[in-house]
Amino acid sequence: MSQPDFSHDGIRTARGTAFRYLFMLCALLSILTTVAIILTLLVDAVDFFAQVSLVDFLTGTRWSPTNEPIAFGVLPLISGTLVITIGSAMVALPIGLLTAIYLSEYASDRRRAYLKPALEVLAGVPTVVYGYFALVYVTPAIDAILPVDLSTFNALSASIMVGIMIIPMVSSISEDAMSAVPDSLRQASYGLGATKFTVSTSVVVPAALSGIFSSFILALSRAIGETMIVAIAAGQTPRMIDLTDPAGMFLDSIQPMTSAMVQIGTGDIVGQGPAYKSLFAVGLTLFVITFVMNLISELVASRYREVYR
Amino acid sequence: MAADTGETPADGFGRVSRTKDVVFRLLALAATLIGIVSLAALLLNVAVDAVGWLDWQFLTNPPHPNPYEAGFLPALVGSIAIMLMIALVTFPLGVGAAVYLEEYANDGYLTRFIQLNIANLAGVPSVVYGLLGLGLFVGLFNIGYGNVLAAAFTIALLILPIVIISAQEAIRAVPDSQRQASYGMGATKWQTIRNVVLPRAMPGIMTGTILALGRAIGETAPLIMIAAPTTVFGLPNSFFSKVSAMPLQIYNWASYPQTEFQYGVVAAGVVTLLVVLLTINSIAIVIRNRYQQRT
Amino acid sequence: MTNEQMTSSETEPTDDQTAPTPGTDGLADTADSGGETTFDRTLLEARDLSVYYGEERALADVDIEIPEKQVTAVIGPSGCGKSTFLRCINRMNDLVDSARVEGELCFDGKNVYDDDVDPVALRRKIGMVFQSPNPFPKSIRDNVAYGLKVQGKQENVDEKVHTALERAALLDEVEDQLDSSGLDLSGGQQQRLCIARAIAPDPDVILMDEPASALDPVATSKIEDLIEDLAEEYTVVIVTHNMQQAARISDKTAVFLTGGELVEFDDTDKIFENPEHDRVEDYITGKFG
Repeated sequence: MSQPDFSHDGIRTARGTAFRYLFMLCALLSILTTVAIILTLLVDAVDFFAQVSLVDFLTGTRWSPTNEPIAFGVLPLISGTLVITIGSAMVALPIGLLTAIYLSEYASDRRRAYLKPALEVLAGVPTVVYGYFALVYVTPAIDAILPVDLSTFNALSASIMVGIMIIPMVSSISEDAMSAVPDSLRQASYGLGATKFTVSTSVVVPAALSGIFSSFILALSRAIGETMIVAIAAGQTPRMIDLTDPAGMFLDSIQPMTSAMVQIGTGDIVGQGPAYKSLFAVGLTLFVITFVMNLISELVASRYREVYR
Repeated sequence: MAADTGETPADGFGRVSRTKDVVFRLLALAATLIGIVSLAALLLNVAVDAVGWLDWQFLTNPPHPNPYEAGFLPALVGSIAIMLMIALVTFPLGVGAAVYLEEYANDGYLTRFIQLNIANLAGVPSVVYGLLGLGLFVGLFNIGYGNVLAAAFTIALLILPIVIISAQEAIRAVPDSQRQASYGMGATKWQTIRNVVLPRAMPGIMTGTILALGRAIGETAPLIMIAAPTTVFGLPNSFFSKVSAMPLQIYNWASYPQTEFQYGVVAAGVVTLLVVLLTINSIAIVIRNRYQQRT
Repeated sequence: MTNEQMTSSETEPTDDQTAPTPGTDGLADTADSGGETTFDRTLLEARDLSVYYGEERALADVDIEIPEKQVTAVIGPSGCGKSTFLRCINRMNDLVDSARVEGELCFDGKNVYDDDVDPVALRRKIGMVFQSPNPFPKSIRDNVAYGLKVQGKQENVDEKVHTALERAALLDEVEDQLDSSGLDLSGGQQQRLCIARAIAPDPDVILMDEPASALDPVATSKIEDLIEDLAEEYTVVIVTHNMQQAARISDKTAVFLTGGELVEFDDTDKIFENPEHDRVEDYITGKFG
């Protein structure tokens, strides 16, 4: 009795294998990208640190890459970034959290259906546009309304714009976490006679805490990396900030890391000098900070995904 | 009267005070709306300012130091040229990676590592991608400073994670019963992907890719890093032409001190950029609505 | 003796000579010498077939011989492994990462789990119809032609599409709308479209995984009529949770009970009138399951 032939077809198998590896290559490209980012930053940063000591870079309190006396202390830039981060956090975290609560607990399906895309628009506006808004509309408006002495370039308007931009990041991830809270928990609380306010604040938010935390970190990481808003509206004055003096922090010009990178990038500095190479040292610092924050956010988020699965 | 329990026993069960609840509800609604309303007000402002400036001459002239003669054409064409190149690069790579991760890869360490890596890449600041482009395309591959290719490759790497993630979602949304039906007919994996999975996922993939291109067209910082000129007077005529882009030109003009620039020319540029962006996103939404699949 | 048993099984339902472990050793001999008989030739034969999903055993040492060009029904309570068994035949379990198969499953004497067997080539001999209708979002014509296309059978496509639709008793209803979407059809029509799609490349075996469970009674009865007709040309293996359905349409019935164990396999009439095992009787009469 002749057996049926189910043997492998050489061409078919070869083609299948070829496609498999082709697609795999595409996926591996993402790992290559990460490796390339790290190598690009490292190679030139190493050059930079051959000329400027790592300790001076990390502990120096003066940043002046082109004007004498030259100094490459990154702390003024980090404190500039810190100001923007604190300012935008004060805008985006409470607003984003309340938005998430509203969308998850209060809004009807219909209302949610048009509020969510409208919120996403906030994250879709090009940041150069936000920067322009901060400079030509927000700063003059605040100057006119509040009895404060606001510089043309200041951290306040920039922080507000960065904050508005990252609201949807906080609200959508937090809302996902809140929607994942099982209804049985809400029912249990309602069954005890709780109002919606009590249920939202004492049941839903605590249960979704890790998701909310993850959204906060991710949004702040985005604020730290935000470039054009601060480059246009926050100024180019690298200076150490005094956390006890909010007016000094926000009303005057500052310079975050990203803004300093743009300044070097648009300048005429080229070649092998430390001024140009400092671009990569600052870039590496920025990359490490945001990378660690994104990683933490991802790990926290994967934990909450497991809790309610 | 913000107590959770009220006490008027005469009303049978009494009433629980809702004051706190109502106040909180309104506060949450206000929070939801404040960002949207602020943006709407700003957009209204810029639209009003652009009136009188955004005209045919603005759209067809090259930039000029005189605000009344300044135009946006090289930046507009530059942006579109860069965007088309980005689409050509990211679409096949993004879909390929998504197909691998959804259809081929098993749930091993490598897959999870790639997945985590893609999520992380999506969070890397765009200015860092600019340094990558500077080191890799301008430096190592010697493509040249600030031309169409260098700009497109740099921003392509930036939006690739977004394209991959949205393509993965579209592929994941294809019901497994469709794959089973195909495999059951003796189709190979590649035949199943090509004839069943990709056609069905294509509207979703297109939507995601186009939305990512919308993100790409607004990117500024990476272009600055690869030393794209902020102002270009001629149109790009090859892959190696120096190129500017709309956001870059806006950034440049925003630093001009004259009011005619600040509240006129730049406003016109911003409105043009936003209109192009809106058009791109509308195309994506039209595709999504037209091809929304029945199950 | 074994040959007699096989041939008689069609006409004489009550044959008590089967060994206590039903449908196994006694019949296995038939397969070896079974090449001579044209009727009742064993086409599919499982030997010690076990399937594991991770640590969990879904199918336990199944021995069965499925005759050619008859309808074999596979029944049992949910979770008993009947679908798993069906998916072993065309190696659809290969698509489940955690699935592991032990033992043999022979198609016409060839173990389909041998290393040199390409599951893709195997599936081209075996059509499959699924629990809920799953036509592709393509035209009716392209749906039926799909198997021809992927198998590279590009000649006379229109003719084969017509024949398949006719055999699936769908041609009259869709003849003038072959270019409209398969999704525009009713549920029952969609399932017949899927049957047409399965038979268009002319396989030897058709596997059906509860093909009528998502359909209304009228559509179900059409499918049942169709299945009986199909057995004239194809070997049909059908999984169903509906015992009346199995009794109505099948020649042979295999009863799986908990733990993926094949408890009894015999002529359908025998199973429903005088089963060997008390557990099977309990299940059939509704005392269990």
